[in-house]
Amino acid sequence: MSNNQQSNHPKSNIWRDVRFWRFAGQFLAVFIAAIVVAILWGNLNRNLQQLGIQPGFSFLNSQAAFDIGETLISYAPSDTYSRALLVGFVNSLRVMVAGIILTTIVGITAGIARLSDNWLVRKLALVYVEIFRNTPLLLQLLFWYFAVFLTLPKVENPISLLGFIRLSQNGLELPWIQFSPEFSTLLIGITLYTGAFIAEIVRGGIQSVSRGQWEAAASLGLKPGLAMRLVIFPQALRVIIPPLTSQYLNLAKNSSLAVAIGYPDIYLVASTTFNQTGRAVEVMLLIMTIYLTISLIISLVMNLFNKSVQLKER
Amino acid sequence: MRKWCLVLLTTLPVLFSLVACGGPPSSNPATSRLDTVKSRGKLICGVSGELPGFSFVSSDGKYAGLDVDVCRAIASAIFDNPDAVEFRNLNAKERFTAVQTGEVDILSRNTSWTLSRDTSVGLEFAPVMFYDGQAIMVKKDSDIKSLADLKGKAICTQTGTTNEQNLGDQMRKLGIPYKPVVFEDINTTFATYAEGRCQGVTSDRSQLLSRRATLPQPQNHIILDAVLSKEPLAPAVANGDSKWFDVVKWSIYTLINAEELGINSKNIAQFANSKDPEVTRFLGKEGNLGEGLGLSNDFAVRIIKNVGNYGEIYDRYLGPKTPFNLPRGQNNLWTKGGLQYSPPFR
Ligand SMILES: N[C@@H](CCC(=O)N[C@@H](CS)C(=O)NCC(=O)O)C(=O)O
Repeated sequence: MSNNQQSNHPKSNIWRDVRFWRFAGQFLAVFIAAIVVAILWGNLNRNLQQLGIQPGFSFLNSQAAFDIGETLISYAPSDTYSRALLVGFVNSLRVMVAGIILTTIVGITAGIARLSDNWLVRKLALVYVEIFRNTPLLLQLLFWYFAVFLTLPKVENPISLLGFIRLSQNGLELPWIQFSPEFSTLLIGITLYTGAFIAEIVRGGIQSVSRGQWEAAASLGLKPGLAMRLVIFPQALRVIIPPLTSQYLNLAKNSSLAVAIGYPDIYLVASTTFNQTGRAVEVMLLIMTIYLTISLIISLVMNLFNKSVQLKER
Repeated sequence: MRKWCLVLLTTLPVLFSLVACGGPPSSNPATSRLDTVKSRGKLICGVSGELPGFSFVSSDGKYAGLDVDVCRAIASAIFDNPDAVEFRNLNAKERFTAVQTGEVDILSRNTSWTLSRDTSVGLEFAPVMFYDGQAIMVKKDSDIKSLADLKGKAICTQTGTTNEQNLGDQMRKLGIPYKPVVFEDINTTFATYAEGRCQGVTSDRSQLLSRRATLPQPQNHIILDAVLSKEPLAPAVANGDSKWFDVVKWSIYTLINAEELGINSKNIAQFANSKDPEVTRFLGKEGNLGEGLGLSNDFAVRIIKNVGNYGEIYDRYLGPKTPFNLPRGQNNLWTKGGLQYSPPFR
């Protein structure tokens, strides 16, 4: 066959072959992109050299010499910058993981409530969604911080809930664990903000399941609650998961707003690092890589989950 | 098909390396920022903009303060116009990148001169405009009287400052555990302290005084006596441009030297006919000091006429007639027991 073709177009003119032009087009695009990157990189290097700065990552091994208010792993100012960044990374992960779990619960609850038969529940869910979806997250964070947490009573006379939860300016204290106001603010802020978007996604997902499914479930004798859990929701998941993934990604990235309210996440620690070392480019590259990695991991996990709920074509 | 790919792909790195090396050689003597500023017709000056006394927008809508007048002095030296300055507000974190990238010509923003900023951050520090030290402010009705009383307490500070680091050093040295709460924005820092989340807030003493004046009830806050560090606040420019650095440096020395010689904005006319060679050289009647700097020979006259001498500036923003009423102390002339000293103008 291929032999046949060869003989049909004996050494045909390369310039008249569409495949060549397609390839050349791609080549040109890559080439131009490479030139742009090279120029930017060369420019950066020249400018840094003029300032007498050698680009490189060796600064990560020098002493950080600044303190971090909240650490899940051991840390002292005498540790290195890389350790400090690790502390920030763990702090970020902590808020991302807790945020994703809580926002899923909030979002699904509010999404289902939006379709409730109860007028009050329906309206409350609507008000929640509209308020949190339509105001900037930064504003919400500052609101939670200044108008809620910092107006709580002083540490000396906290509000006691159920006898063991203590709320004060020092944050939320349980007998075995304490959450700082900065962490609590960030967690509540990103949870409720993202939850409002998820609620709409969930509502849309449920409404996309055809009425016939409800009727079929009812005719099998399933109560509405069970019908939702066993029949409707699993089908709705197919529509819900892809946009849900983007919301998780948004939550992860939005957690960098921690810097506004003083929660020492990776971005805040990185800011301090680049300020002290003057390594803006290296540090920015580093945290971009870190956020990218986190995002890719979230996408990967969600894609696997997505595969498992999609219709199996048989 | 395969073959074209191969051919094209092998040419790629070759072309690529041609481009990568094609830029002008790095040894190329760049034009000085002085020329850039001159041709632009104004100076771009990075300040905080949030510190009354140092840099803030006064009620008439103009920038004012000690840090601001440094830039006005330089603009006077170059353009004989103290208003030929564009100010950019920079927070503690942004400031160094703004100098490195050339976004501002000069950083005049209560910045402490340290070795690593001078070297690895790529700055060049002009003479110290204000000798300061770090302190801690607490509420008067708290029973915190010394650093030791801050044990286990939360202390607010701003990220990217020497204060953040010094606090860690001092508390570690004294073995006092505490909780730092660190913000990027100065207003958030002080609001959080005022709300009571932090029992103390730390910064340079002058900045605490300045910010205390902006708190709802200034009299309810006291500044502890302990001095945590040395904070020599100096303007800075980017490394590697000595011509520009010289202009900045000697504009500041002009302010100090003028005070030393007793020349100020009011009496400068009387010095026009002075016979004192030190004065005539300084004011450009004799010699060509300005030429060496790439300025006009009467640059000192322009500076003094437009902004005054160091003492005048100090008194204008921090002196007895201001709410701060800060004694000169270390910021007095060397002849009066202080540290302000200018090398000779000759
Ligand atoms: N001198 C210290 C502190 C400078 C500093 O940034 N101080 C804060 C006061 S806490 C400030 O002026 N902030 C003003 C702003 O961010 O606009 C340094 O150079 O690191």
